[in-house]
Amino acid sequence: MATEMTNGKKVAPEAEHPRKAFGLAAHDNSGVLSPFAFSRRNNRDSDVTIKILYCGICHSDLHSIKNEWKNTIYPIVPGHEIVGEVAEVGSKVEKFKVGDKVGVGCLVGSCRSCAGCTTGFENYCPLPIFTYNSKDPEDGTVTYGGYSDMIVVDQDFVISMPENLPLDKAAPLLCAGITVYAPMKYHGLNTPGKHLGIVGLGGLGHVAVKFGKAFGMKVTVISSSPSKEKEAIERLGADAFLVSSNPEQMKAAVFSMDGIIDTVSASHPVASLLALLKPNGKMIMLGLPEKPMEIPAFSLVFGGKMLAGSCIGGLKDTQEMIDFAGKHNLTADIELISADYVNKAIERLIKADVRYRFVIDIANTLKSNI
Amino acid sequence: MALEVTAPTNGKKVVPEEEHPRKAFGLAAHDSSGLLSHFPFSRRNNGDTDVTIRILYCGICHSDLHSIRNEWKNTIYPIVPGHEIVGEITEVGSNVKNFKLGDKVGAGCLVESCRSCPSCTTGFENYCSGMILTYNSVHPKDGTMTYGGYSDMIVVDQDFVVHIPESLPLDKAAPLLCAGITVYAPMKYHGLNAPGKHLGVVGLGGLGHVAVKFGKAFGMKVTVISSSPSKEKEAIERLGADVFLVSSNAEQMKVAMSSMDGIIDTVSATHSIQPLLALLKPHGKMILVGAPEKPLEVHSFALISGGKTLAGSPIGGIKDTQEMINFAGKHNVTADIELISADYVNKAMERLVKADVKYRFVIDVAKTFKSNV
Repeated sequence: MATEMTNGKKVAPEAEHPRKAFGLAAHDNSGVLSPFAFSRRNNRDSDVTIKILYCGICHSDLHSIKNEWKNTIYPIVPGHEIVGEVAEVGSKVEKFKVGDKVGVGCLVGSCRSCAGCTTGFENYCPLPIFTYNSKDPEDGTVTYGGYSDMIVVDQDFVISMPENLPLDKAAPLLCAGITVYAPMKYHGLNTPGKHLGIVGLGGLGHVAVKFGKAFGMKVTVISSSPSKEKEAIERLGADAFLVSSNPEQMKAAVFSMDGIIDTVSASHPVASLLALLKPNGKMIMLGLPEKPMEIPAFSLVFGGKMLAGSCIGGLKDTQEMIDFAGKHNLTADIELISADYVNKAIERLIKADVRYRFVIDIANTLKSNI
Repeated sequence: MALEVTAPTNGKKVVPEEEHPRKAFGLAAHDSSGLLSHFPFSRRNNGDTDVTIRILYCGICHSDLHSIRNEWKNTIYPIVPGHEIVGEITEVGSNVKNFKLGDKVGAGCLVESCRSCPSCTTGFENYCSGMILTYNSVHPKDGTMTYGGYSDMIVVDQDFVVHIPESLPLDKAAPLLCAGITVYAPMKYHGLNAPGKHLGVVGLGGLGHVAVKFGKAFGMKVTVISSSPSKEKEAIERLGADVFLVSSNAEQMKVAMSSMDGIIDTVSATHSIQPLLALLKPHGKMILVGAPEKPLEVHSFALISGGKTLAGSPIGGIKDTQEMINFAGKHNVTADIELISADYVNKAMERLVKADVKYRFVIDVAKTFKSNV
């Protein structure tokens, strides 16, 4: 497999950069991951080199390896819930030193000058460089993600991990965590006493429940699966559980919530969820169902309600979120897997058969001679 | 003239003229044809907290048209529409502190609310589940229907009446009581009232033209987005908009991508929302004030990309209505109207269906409503 270099010659991934690396890549839209030898850049002045310890499996990884968003450049090394240890720092690096435990999320670069970048919202930069499947403008190579042994990242896109958080359980916070935390903060759904609804109890949903309780909110989980109720209430600490297909339960809850975080990526009706909001309540969409939503205008106009979207979060907010998680001992519920289980894990993820995030034990199980 | 009746609380049918002690007359529709005709009815006596208003002008709102034709399937006939009411106080109740005889006042879409819910106690009577609309609502006190401003007089609780600044011509101020507050309230609530910000206004009708005027008065850059290229000259030269985009012109729309802090969408016909969302900057907000009949089709990606918001907004609270009118007085903002006589009202409705008005009809009630018409 080769990528285009700036001079037009095709270069093998192993030869693109000076430093050897290895990982797991998909080569076509079957999404099957296999061992992949490639290379990383040398550590620039503002870079840190990270020996990757753990990487979470995000649903976006699944979408990308199967080219469901029609923008995948193969071979693709996914993974943007990365936790590791600093192995090298550039001469201009002030925030980190060798041995620090750090994290990397969905972004490894941005334009630095747009309104988004200059106000802490790199996630809304029109020229983002994503951790994987993005073209690095400096040399035209494609970025490779965290299902790998090491990564080199600009210090401004690296997060310091609190010492008290177990690193494997903290890894999913780098994407799932910030994806729910950022809109909860931006839209004021982080205030004690307010009532938060969470639709969907998966990787994002279960973290949203934990953050909601840590913020002192009343949390109601809305799910299509009655079987998740015990888990939601007893283990995750939700205050109430509504089955979305139960009209009586849904009706009893109309006009009761200050906000709703909708994490579901399957297509689902939104009108009955909007009805749960108080006047001026907000529903935040995080999932990306394939089909468009159908929104009756009345559902928004009556009660002055809002439907917003949110996409990951900025770097400052990511650090704030991780620090908050450290303070409240908040981590994801994970199933730690070995590198050779990854394809099986992806199959189970399609069936949502995981409580609630797979995390790859990179350091112990990703071997270059697999 | 058919004598329609309403059911009062004691179960006996009573004709509208006899429901209340004071004679009144107006224009009512009696069926879904929406044809308005002379209608004698009655109003309550002036209670301790009421004011009686001799109606001078009443604006014709598109909601009136929807209601008289039962398009929302909730019309109780006979219906006297009209919720852009301006008039003069002719009586005040013993507990009325804010108004005196002769004051020029307005009444909008609400005449009562529960007064105690979190919405009512925070100035958002428009979100009260027990709100009473100026017309086509059942008054909880006696079970009678409320009749609106296409009439010679109305009795309203003082808390639902606003002062009209002396500087504003009353006929041109009338539409502010509904159209004005409907755009002002979300502009205020969502911060789309700050100098230098860029506001898009979709649709140039009764609501849209007032939104342009408020936007300019707030010191904003205003872009009108319309499906009618013919409205450009008007929008720029007369209303003061800075830019005009034709929504079907893909190139113009592309150039304007990610340029607006907010958009007020006033269009009630079914239309495509996603291309409008693309015009918003990150964190931008689009506010729907029109209510298209069919559900809007929006892909989550259009909101997630850029963290954008789609909100709805219905009229506004009373405190905000007074604030809006005062602001209009300070900045000489009024609606552009066509003043009509009472006997033109059915013709006006026909023209309104075709959007053939710049930009609001206002009925000259005082001069042209005759009790023996």
